[in-house]
Amino acid sequence: MWRVVDPLDVFLLRIFILDGLTPDLIALQLFTGLALGAIYVLLALGMSLLFGMLTVVNFAHGAFYMLGAYAGIALLGIGVNFWLCLLFAPLIVGSLGLLAERFLIRRLYGRGIDYPLLLTFGLSYMMVEVIRIVFGTNGLPFETPDALQGASDIMIGYFPTYRLFVIAVAVVVLVALWLFLERTPYGLIIRAGARDPQIVRILGIDVARVWLVVFGIGTGLAGLAGLLAAPLQGASPEMGASILAESFVVTVVGGMGSLVGAVIAGVLVGVVVAMTSLFAPEFAQVAIFALMAIVLLIRPQGFFGRAGLMS
Amino acid sequence: MLKVEKLQAWYGNSHILQGIDLEVKTGELVCLIGRNGAGKTTTIRGIMGLTSRVEGRVMFDGQDVTKQPTHTRNGLGLGYVPEERRIVPGLTVRDNLRLGLLAAKHGGREADVIAEVAETFPRLAERLDQDAITMSGGEQQMLAIARALVSRPKLLMLDEPSEGIMPVLVDEMFELFARLRDKGTTILLVEQNVELALGIADRAYIMDQGEIVYQASAKILLADAAIQERYCSV
Ligand SMILES: Nc1ncnc2c1ncn2[C@@H]1O[C@H](COP(=O)(O)OP(=O)(O)OP(=O)(O)O)[C@@H](O)[C@H]1O
Ligand SMILES: [Mg+2]
Repeated sequence: MWRVVDPLDVFLLRIFILDGLTPDLIALQLFTGLALGAIYVLLALGMSLLFGMLTVVNFAHGAFYMLGAYAGIALLGIGVNFWLCLLFAPLIVGSLGLLAERFLIRRLYGRGIDYPLLLTFGLSYMMVEVIRIVFGTNGLPFETPDALQGASDIMIGYFPTYRLFVIAVAVVVLVALWLFLERTPYGLIIRAGARDPQIVRILGIDVARVWLVVFGIGTGLAGLAGLLAAPLQGASPEMGASILAESFVVTVVGGMGSLVGAVIAGVLVGVVVAMTSLFAPEFAQVAIFALMAIVLLIRPQGFFGRAGLMS
Repeated sequence: MLKVEKLQAWYGNSHILQGIDLEVKTGELVCLIGRNGAGKTTTIRGIMGLTSRVEGRVMFDGQDVTKQPTHTRNGLGLGYVPEERRIVPGLTVRDNLRLGLLAAKHGGREADVIAEVAETFPRLAERLDQDAITMSGGEQQMLAIARALVSRPKLLMLDEPSEGIMPVLVDEMFELFARLRDKGTTILLVEQNVELALGIADRAYIMDQGEIVYQASAKILLADAAIQERYCSV
């Protein structure tokens, strides 16, 4: 997660101190929340997809996110431009996800929720360690691409162009994912398989192949989120650990397994964090968990979760 | 068409099927009857490859499918309408039908297939875009049958299709099964509705406690009140 990092935030804070809380300032901070929410949404979508379909609680999701950032660094290092990174980094991470599913996680389906959870937990430590060995233990900077530097006028004030871009990418991905799930035969199988994999098999469809694809999509989305976050906060081997907890919150608040829930909760958590940062920065982190506690007390299955999914 | 040899099945440590021998010839409508808990569902699930531990052999269409996964068996032409119907919630009637069509090998166009379904099941035609799970039990059963039929299986296995359905619909349904058989679909029908089932069947097997205890032509069984009383009365 990024907090007050780039100069624009400092700039916003200064207006805040000088002019007090203007509506424009709140609106701008709302946009900051949206950009943060966009990253959460991408992560939570993948998590929810994996949980809803495969009943896999993917503890390595944060590590795949981190790999996305490092895949970007590696690609930029060999001269690939940022726009192609946007395509290739998620593909690389998604392919690693495919391998993890095919050779490790697949063996554990049907053995309850704890086996894949422990496996992905271990996997995440291995991935972080490999990155430390290859890229060093210190964080690395990640340049914002030239075309996206600076700020753009969004009527209510200036807002960092790159954050607008992050929001736009998330929207495009959402629409594409929605079309894929709702309008393609593959999407139909995924929707049906999430509810009842056995009937899908009975109707002649090889569910294992579908699960592989789902795992690739879920981890690819995590990779994309990591790449998008890198220009905002740099890349570090640990960047996945903290965001993992936050995306769990988003997934749980939205309802495990619900994609609509992931989107709404992602945006909500992003905005809550941004707003708390404005009024009481020291509580931003706590606010996330407070939100989760409140939602779970009122609605234990989250916004859109089906009751009893875990039982 | 289908030949089951010495099929045994277990749930955990309980030995459910004790060695089932059963045959369905091409073009036949064969009925499998027996009391609750006799093992009818387990037999069909075994044939479909859905039981975790089995022994014995399942031959289908000249091939040994004992080791084949469920989806492959469907691909070979083995259709199955489970007892619980398993209509996918959140999917429309049309999408449930599409799901049945996705793996179909006959390459029929979706629109044509749906038109065919509409002809056979007018109730479904009116509800194509409704969330399937909101339909009545009878309509859901129609959909489950239609969904299994769209891939044009060689053998259709139905597990208690008349369960919990109003009598008028049951009659309609059994007429449909007889018609399907006459048009060349081989059928294995599990039923508690013994008289109706025997009325359309060619042959029948009676199961009790995980074993086939009796087999005969439907006509003979229908006339044999003593056997029916012994194995089928609840
Ligand atoms: N999932 C399961 N786990 C353990 N035992 C099971 C399971 N399913 C069925 N059984 C047992 O296996 C036996 C046979 O069950 P099966 O469902 O095959 O009977 P059935 O003839 O289909 O009965 P019904 O007419 O009630 O559908 C029963 O004693 C049942 O209790
Ligand atoms: Mg049964």
